[in-house]
Amino acid sequence: MIIPDSLHATVTQLNALTGGLFLLTCFGLVATRQILACLKIFIGQSVFLAGSAFFLAFLYSSWHLFAVGVITLAGKAVILPWLLKKLIRHDVYARREVSQVFNIPTSLLIALGLAVFSFFVVRPLLPPLPSPVWINLPMGLAGLFIGAFVISARREAIPQVIGILAMENGALFAGVAIAPTLSLISELAAAFDTLIVALVFGLLINRLHQHAGTTTVGNLTALKED
Amino acid sequence: MTQRLLFNVIQVLVVMGFAPLMKGVLIRMKERVQSRQGPSILQPYRDLSKLFHKDEVVSDRSSWIFRITPYMVFATPIFVTLLIPVLTNYPLFFAFMGDMLGGGFILALAGFFAALAAVDTGNPFGAMGASRTRMVGFLAEPVFMMVFFTVSYDAHSTIPYIVQKYWVSPASHFFTPSHVLVILSFLMLIIAETGSIPVDNPSGHFELAMIDESKTLEYSGRGAALMKWGGQMKFFVLMCIFLNVLVSPWGLASSQDIFAVLLAIPLVLFKIFLFLLVLVLIESSLSKLRLFRITEFLTAAFITSVAAILAGLF
Repeated sequence: MIIPDSLHATVTQLNALTGGLFLLTCFGLVATRQILACLKIFIGQSVFLAGSAFFLAFLYSSWHLFAVGVITLAGKAVILPWLLKKLIRHDVYARREVSQVFNIPTSLLIALGLAVFSFFVVRPLLPPLPSPVWINLPMGLAGLFIGAFVISARREAIPQVIGILAMENGALFAGVAIAPTLSLISELAAAFDTLIVALVFGLLINRLHQHAGTTTVGNLTALKED
Repeated sequence: MTQRLLFNVIQVLVVMGFAPLMKGVLIRMKERVQSRQGPSILQPYRDLSKLFHKDEVVSDRSSWIFRITPYMVFATPIFVTLLIPVLTNYPLFFAFMGDMLGGGFILALAGFFAALAAVDTGNPFGAMGASRTRMVGFLAEPVFMMVFFTVSYDAHSTIPYIVQKYWVSPASHFFTPSHVLVILSFLMLIIAETGSIPVDNPSGHFELAMIDESKTLEYSGRGAALMKWGGQMKFFVLMCIFLNVLVSPWGLASSQDIFAVLLAIPLVLFKIFLFLLVLVLIESSLSKLRLFRITEFLTAAFITSVAAILAGLF
């Protein structure tokens, strides 16, 4: 279908806006102290990912991306957090402060450095590519790096799981712009993969909590005193 | 040309006249949201006139800094008013005297003198509050700089009048990610600079917890009136910068006749009233941050503003 130019420009800007908000949620993952807040920011990140998929589906006129958006909303924004909350016992979530390696301003500045780095890395690749990729690729790569940073800078099990899922979100965010006509099968495969990852992690965390009494995995690297 | 000078004078009179009213409306709305009656919205005017009639008591241990600070705090927002769009969206007589960075530095000058004067009298609470204000101030400076750089990078100018036209013309420019992120980070900056709830309690009387209110602790009579009025004008000026340049550059007079300018006054006041509603919502639903969490709050504002530049690079 023929899209008028002004609508094209507005939807491109809206896609860029979801990219900016996606980057903000990546920083938010680093900046929160509580596990439930981390999970809610992850839900927000998935919603922005789905939003970008919908806008790009409109721009590229591809129904694959529309289905990707629907699967992301259903899987990552609804089912996955529900799974994580159900499988893991309530008192794990009630903890007030997540123990972190760096304090919050330092973590935020490191995450900012990672985002700037991802922009620089992507710069030489950009000119021949069409314009929505210019936003999605650097933001997705930044999400990947910041997810890896969350895994390494948190000592709790659940934020580490959320970090892995955030890496997946980042990779998908870059992917929807690079490959708009990716077949639906590979998309479904990735989505189910994520769900199984979440299930397995939930069960493992439960076992860990029963066995060791704590999910602060960073403290489990030392021998017990007694 | 004399007409532009006249509009400048009208702008300054509007800022001077309506700043206490905005503060009164904010306090009243906050009290109403908390199911209390609240003072009348004209109460700040009565407070100011009462203070002007009273005698001043000045400590004899203090120096000229203590005496000159009320005049500095009163005069600097007036200077900034000359530089920013308050009523019109074309540049007025003094508009090219300084750009937004200059405006930011003029406001920082007032904060510098206020902090020094709070230490000047030897009151320990004043010194404590002054050091906390400076901590918030130096953490807020990078955010100011980054916001100005983002806005100037996108709009290719640092004069607020020219910057404002950039967001208005094509409708899609309003939704650029750098615009939205700049709005977010400037909102956090306004909350920090004017001492609103996540950073500081503006209606607290407990000196041990005061951050921004401590600068008015020692003043009495005319000095106190000028400090209060200057604080209210700084709040009004920051809101004008936020609303007229960043968020909603509409409703300003675009033609040169005096009726358009006079019509712009209630429109600008209405915009500020809507923003005050948002501020009351924020203030009533959050609690005051502990002192060392303010660092995180301002780091988050800094990150948002740098993300605004990053998102606007391509």
